Amino acid sequence: MSESLVSRIKPVLGLDNKWWWDQAAEGVLAIQRCQGCQSLRHPPRPMCDQCQSQEWDFISASGKGTVCSFTVLHHPKFPGYDYPLIIVLVELAEGTRITSQLTGCEPDEVDFDMPVEMVMQRDADGFQLPYFRPSQ
Amino acid sequence: MTINVSGEAAIAGVANTEFSKNSGVSELELASVAVRDAIADAGLKPSDVDGMTTFTLDNTDEIEIARAVGIGDLTFYSRVPHGGGAATGLVHQAVMAVATGMAEVVVCYRALNGRSGHRYSSGVAGPLLTSDAIHWGWYTPYGLMTPASWVAMYTQRYMHLAENVQDAMFEIAHVQRQYAAKNPAAFFYQRPFDRADYDASRPIVSPFKMLDCCMETDGGSAVVVTTAERAKDLKHPAVIVKGVAQAAAADMESMTSFYRPEIARIPSMDIAAKMAYEQSGLCADDIDAAVIYDAFTPIVLWQLESWGFCDLLEAPKFVLDGALRSDGRLPTNTHGGQLSEAYIHGVNGVVEATRLVRGQSVNQPAKEVNNVLVTSGVGVPTGGALLGRSD
Repeated sequence: MSESLVSRIKPVLGLDNKWWWDQAAEGVLAIQRCQGCQSLRHPPRPMCDQCQSQEWDFISASGKGTVCSFTVLHHPKFPGYDYPLIIVLVELAEGTRITSQLTGCEPDEVDFDMPVEMVMQRDADGFQLPYFRPSQ
Repeated sequence: MTINVSGEAAIAGVANTEFSKNSGVSELELASVAVRDAIADAGLKPSDVDGMTTFTLDNTDEIEIARAVGIGDLTFYSRVPHGGGAATGLVHQAVMAVATGMAEVVVCYRALNGRSGHRYSSGVAGPLLTSDAIHWGWYTPYGLMTPASWVAMYTQRYMHLAENVQDAMFEIAHVQRQYAAKNPAAFFYQRPFDRADYDASRPIVSPFKMLDCCMETDGGSAVVVTTAERAKDLKHPAVIVKGVAQAAAADMESMTSFYRPEIARIPSMDIAAKMAYEQSGLCADDIDAAVIYDAFTPIVLWQLESWGFCDLLEAPKFVLDGALRSDGRLPTNTHGGQLSEAYIHGVNGVVEATRLVRGQSVNQPAKEVNNVLVTSGVGVPTGGALLGRSD
């Protein structure tokens, strides 16, 4: 990471997602919550698929979860990333899922239902995004 | 009033261009060649054509091809989104057009310099602020940005639930390369391989090896759809569209539907299968051969389950019993598929399915082939068609 001169691809920011990345920059793993029916949803969307309300706020997730699926990326190698790269689909304790990177774990040690916890990654250019690691 | 399109339309002509790694010609030229040759294969003239369909992804305008080929007045043109998910969607649009009289002869086409031009393995990124760009932004910052990596997330989950998945993936790769080894148009012509080659092939994303992945291609394919009535008097026996359907199941993202209760299956294809079977009055037992979209080996497994050839999580057993082989229950991807003929986003598959019904596949099974399934790409909104001989 430190030797990498090229940074990772950044999300395009718009009205429907910028608030989430702003929370990540503050160290918060946010989950969008409908103010109509209180259901949680991720990735964020401007309307609740349960009750069609456009009113929402968010909660700060506990960061605890389990591995629902994963893959280890070898090829092609994009600048700004370190390979092999472990991608995980995490089922958070709150019930929503998030796609992220698993750190602090060898590729052959990843397993289904493995307990993981969020750790905020800060890149050299200051960009922050949530990673996960095996629960300590 | 409900119209059942079953039997209303037929595929009368098909064509592929040469497949290559570097065509040396424009995408307009590839498309024009495929369209011209499909019209000729039908025994029609360019001026007979009054409709055209293609992918939203396709770079070449309908009217540019029409001018190049000498097609006259168009009264129907339509595009289908979501990459390979559009493959049988082109036929779906054409069938609806001819069944309702909006057009009489529709050419469906797809042409791309997919190897020498933009490569789909090069990832997704871009500055445009659209709902789709925001969607990709949940994945690309983590490095999850190629079709192989998205499909791998479903595959690992499927491997967790089903047995012998990697062996079945090898069987799919192996059977299709054996077909391709006998297909002079295929990249893998005269290039068979064995399990040792497969095991030694380069890891791409777990659990995919290079030989689990399709082949980026320069080339084009086209299919002519017309009314069943008109198709009766053309060059080849009519290949009737008995059922055709498009579907995007609830809670869908493009390639990353990771939020459904169970991700190791393809609910969009379940819906398309149900619709196409209902239209046609056919069931899985009636299908003699198949062309199943195969950008990567495991996606064939889930589609076999969607179309009812086996129960959920039983596709590896079905495949390992030899079902996809020439003498098996369901000879599949007899052209070599996109794994080893060429990757024209499934439209070369519609060409092959038509040839199977005509009895013209380069690997035509010995048994009688009356009904053939062909499917679109999955992970995206998808679809499928049931083609067969006229009764």
